[in-house]
Amino acid sequence: MDYSWDFGPVFEHFDMLALGMLNTVKIAVVSIVLGVLVGLVLAMMRLSTRKWLTIPALVFIEFYRNTPPIVHFFWFFYALPVMLAISLDPYFAAVLALSTQSGAFYAEVFRGGIVSIERGQWEGGRALGMTHSALMRRVIVPQAISRMVPPFIERSFELLKTTALASTLAYADLLYQAMLVNAETFRPLEVYTTIALMYLVLLVTASQLARLAEARLTAYQ
Amino acid sequence: MTGKPILEIKGLHKRFGDHHVLKGIDFTVEPGERIAIIGGSGSGKSTFLRCMNFMETLSEGEIWLDGTRIGVEKKGTVTYPEKQLCQVRERLGMVFQQFNLFPHMSVLDNVMEGLVTVKGMSKAEARKTAEAELAKVGLSEKHDAWPGLLSGGQQQRVAIARALSMQPEILLFDEPTSSLDPELVGEVLRVIKQLAEEGRTMLLVTHELGFAYHFATKVIFLAEGVFHEVGTPDEVLKHPKQARTQDFLRRFGEFAF
Repeated sequence: MDYSWDFGPVFEHFDMLALGMLNTVKIAVVSIVLGVLVGLVLAMMRLSTRKWLTIPALVFIEFYRNTPPIVHFFWFFYALPVMLAISLDPYFAAVLALSTQSGAFYAEVFRGGIVSIERGQWEGGRALGMTHSALMRRVIVPQAISRMVPPFIERSFELLKTTALASTLAYADLLYQAMLVNAETFRPLEVYTTIALMYLVLLVTASQLARLAEARLTAYQ
Repeated sequence: MTGKPILEIKGLHKRFGDHHVLKGIDFTVEPGERIAIIGGSGSGKSTFLRCMNFMETLSEGEIWLDGTRIGVEKKGTVTYPEKQLCQVRERLGMVFQQFNLFPHMSVLDNVMEGLVTVKGMSKAEARKTAEAELAKVGLSEKHDAWPGLLSGGQQQRVAIARALSMQPEILLFDEPTSSLDPELVGEVLRVIKQLAEEGRTMLLVTHELGFAYHFATKVIFLAEGVFHEVGTPDEVLKHPKQARTQDFLRRFGEFAF
């Protein structure tokens, strides 16, 4: 291959790529936070003994598990505005898609952590006279959290990578900015190699942070 | 004994689906009594004990504590408000076969937990009580250890200290030595014996018949969901009247009383 690499034009537009990366991080962080809230609500509904709470949560979760993520992006961007007669900007549509998707998966992570705690732990607390809520707060949740951390981190990495789909709605994330830079420089090899490396740096950094958090949260095991 | 009963059980039935485990048991516990409950595996002896502090829900029957019926009866159905069950459980300490210590808390925190969370004691006060209870079971030097790093015998002693810290009126022991290595059984039984000497009211589900003989003021042989034979340790363990009790004891072979 006698292709001569030239990153010059790409670096001239590096500010655009840096902005894209910033937007990727922004949408990921916002969606993780909202996803956790959605996940907590869904998990509590799933753990309830009342069918009118468990069934809707189950339907929601199964819907997201069994449909392609990009469909959710399109639905929130193109379909929801029709239904509500509003217009949704790409950022909000993408946040809605990402946080509901991840919420559905986080819910299973949270629920799984809670139900994984042995019956003996419930009984140990109950036998002391602890109320259900005290038992949850003092005994079950603290232990469940340390079990939730690894799958939670894994799911958050999925979300971080899925943010690239927001580019299909013209949200100015890293991939979308790369497409713009490419359109100006006609250097796809350099542009897409560069952003692949930028994603790599982002994820490796995040995984180092996650490892620190994991070590702290699972200390007693 | 002729004291007023602390605990009274009337017509207790327990079913797990089609499996009828307890078939109408009447039972009283008087202050200072030490009752050993023995029986084959699957005889329902653990279930019976677990019904007393509502670790199992009753299928039928009444439990009275200090002359008060537990549960609220409304139009023929009985409900058990959480608050009331918590109070009952606080008064009946329980020690489990699997210890059920909280692995994310230190030994001292395990013993302090009920004092702070349930009794609302200050941390400093709870700490003092917990330290005293741990000293009693001989584990003063293990305050800061994680329970998971202790031997089974030590874990069970912490569990006993945790139950004792709540000042229960009755202690329920559910096969406290059954999951221990043989060489660790002694240290746990010694602690239970010490509690007996203090005159505490205790119920013990056990396979340690030798210990039951020396420990108990009353022995109950449970079979097929009913009290098959009840009496003093001498009556039930040495001179059983029922063929089934004799059979059960024979299968345990030689044991030193």
